[in-house]
Amino acid sequence: MRAKKSVPGQIGWWALYFAFPVLVVLLWEYICHFGSVKIYNMPAPEIILKDAFEKIQDGILLKHISVSFLRVLEGFLIAAVAALILGVLIGLNKYFERFTELVLQILKPIPPIAWIPLAILWFGIGESSKLYIIFYGAFFPILLNTVDGIHNVDKRYLELARVYEVDKWRLTWKMILPGALPSILTGIRVGLGNAWVCVVAAEMIAATKGVGYMLSNGRSMSRADDVILAMLLIGIVGKIMDDILKVISKRIMKWS
Amino acid sequence: MGEKETAVKISNLNKYFADLQVLSDISLDVKKGEFISVIGVSGCGKSTLIRIIGGLETLTDGEVLVNGETVKKPSRKVGFVFQDHRLLPWLTVEDNIKLALEKGTKDTDEIVDKYLKLVGLESFKKAYPTQLSGGMAQRVAIARALANQPDILLLDEPFGALDAITRISMQQELQKIWKKENITMILITHDIAEAVFLGERVVVMSSRPGRVKDIIPVDAVCHYQRTGSDFARTRDRIYQEFFRDEEMPFAYNI
Ligand SMILES: Nc1ncnc2c1ncn2[C@@H]1O[C@H](COP(=O)(O)OP(=O)(O)OP(=O)(O)O)[C@@H](O)[C@H]1O
Ligand SMILES: [Mg+2]
Repeated sequence: MRAKKSVPGQIGWWALYFAFPVLVVLLWEYICHFGSVKIYNMPAPEIILKDAFEKIQDGILLKHISVSFLRVLEGFLIAAVAALILGVLIGLNKYFERFTELVLQILKPIPPIAWIPLAILWFGIGESSKLYIIFYGAFFPILLNTVDGIHNVDKRYLELARVYEVDKWRLTWKMILPGALPSILTGIRVGLGNAWVCVVAAEMIAATKGVGYMLSNGRSMSRADDVILAMLLIGIVGKIMDDILKVISKRIMKWS
Repeated sequence: MGEKETAVKISNLNKYFADLQVLSDISLDVKKGEFISVIGVSGCGKSTLIRIIGGLETLTDGEVLVNGETVKKPSRKVGFVFQDHRLLPWLTVEDNIKLALEKGTKDTDEIVDKYLKLVGLESFKKAYPTQLSGGMAQRVAIARALANQPDILLLDEPFGALDAITRISMQQELQKIWKKENITMILITHDIAEAVFLGERVVVMSSRPGRVKDIIPVDAVCHYQRTGSDFARTRDRIYQEFFRDEEMPFAYNI
């Protein structure tokens, strides 16, 4: 919720937003320079910043990020399309729901990382295995939220549809799916977040590029600054992706 | 007044929810073009009754004929206005009305314009329901029902959620529409003044189980004057149906 609209109020509101991270960085600086921590394990913020600048300059940083991002985008889009189609079919048809229920319930608790071994056995360590993990991570949140959203459409609207004898087609497209949209969009946001988590996990195990590779490579080279930089990147990119989806969601739901 | 056709004929209607009897032996004939108010305490089964007439609820026993036919399911020809406006928030006012029209209806734009004008909201065609006040939204809901040119309009406490002033102007508007369009209307309310101002007859229901306790004819003059003695007398009579043994409040004495 946005506070007051006045300019000083705005500044204060943003100051509050950034105060906590600034405090963390200051504390971090203090510990590194005056505490008893080995700089080797816990590099100071400026060292990480320097590391970041170097990697930006030689283009490595952008390369890792874009490789991971494209993987996520691809896996996520495939998952979104599949989950939406399946979710709508399940949500609208109770027989199809019954038919798929047991298999989905058993698959649901298996975390995406538990699929990594099998994915590597099946697809090798190439792109396909990573895509599969990402797909899997994004698929279930979107599917389940779509089904839930459809089931939870306000029953009063269904009654309205009966009164005005609204046909099946318009009932689906103008009443049920828009009613389920908030839940579907939530599913998409969670799905994208999951996909991003999964790409990191998959790249840590088998990759030569990407932010996950940055992490595991940093560890094997004993470069704590690389590792922390990679972690920060994962967090920041994840936040930005979520922000973008939030804006898109608001645009789509212009009525609320 | 000549013999008019019957729009709704209810004979010995009983309704149970599981073991709970909600309606008991209700019989009522509503003539074509008539305005009937139904009044009763909360929980006496008013909504259940009107939902049965509208085909939204099944009956346990008895018969309900609308235009001479047994009600099996809701129909566009029997309009239903709910207590909540029930507009879809993701559709504009215009699209909300169009959604309720029969598939393949021609000149939908003209129909929308005509009925929005009737309820005085032609300039809100492109607005979303969240941009409307409660009274405006309810007017759109009425326009949506009327746009289907129903023979009968069922209204379940349509103004219950509105403030007193808005409610009175909505009552006047509904009355105007009724006179102009000559639609049979059945209005559920728990506002005695509303029942008298709008209804040609007021059906008073008793509760647990809901029965028709009395049917009170209302003189047409009550539909013009809310302040006259005829209005007061009719209102008092209904008041006494509910509070027979109690003293009349001072304001009601003439
Ligand atoms: N679907 C249902 N299942 C079981 N009981 C129901 C159902 N609908 C209504 N009832 C019961 O039937 C009785 C009458 O309900 P109804 O909604 O018709 O009352 P009402 O006169 O419209 O009340 P109000 O003025 O508060 O709207 C109540 O006791 C209610 O609990
Ligand atoms: Mg009711």
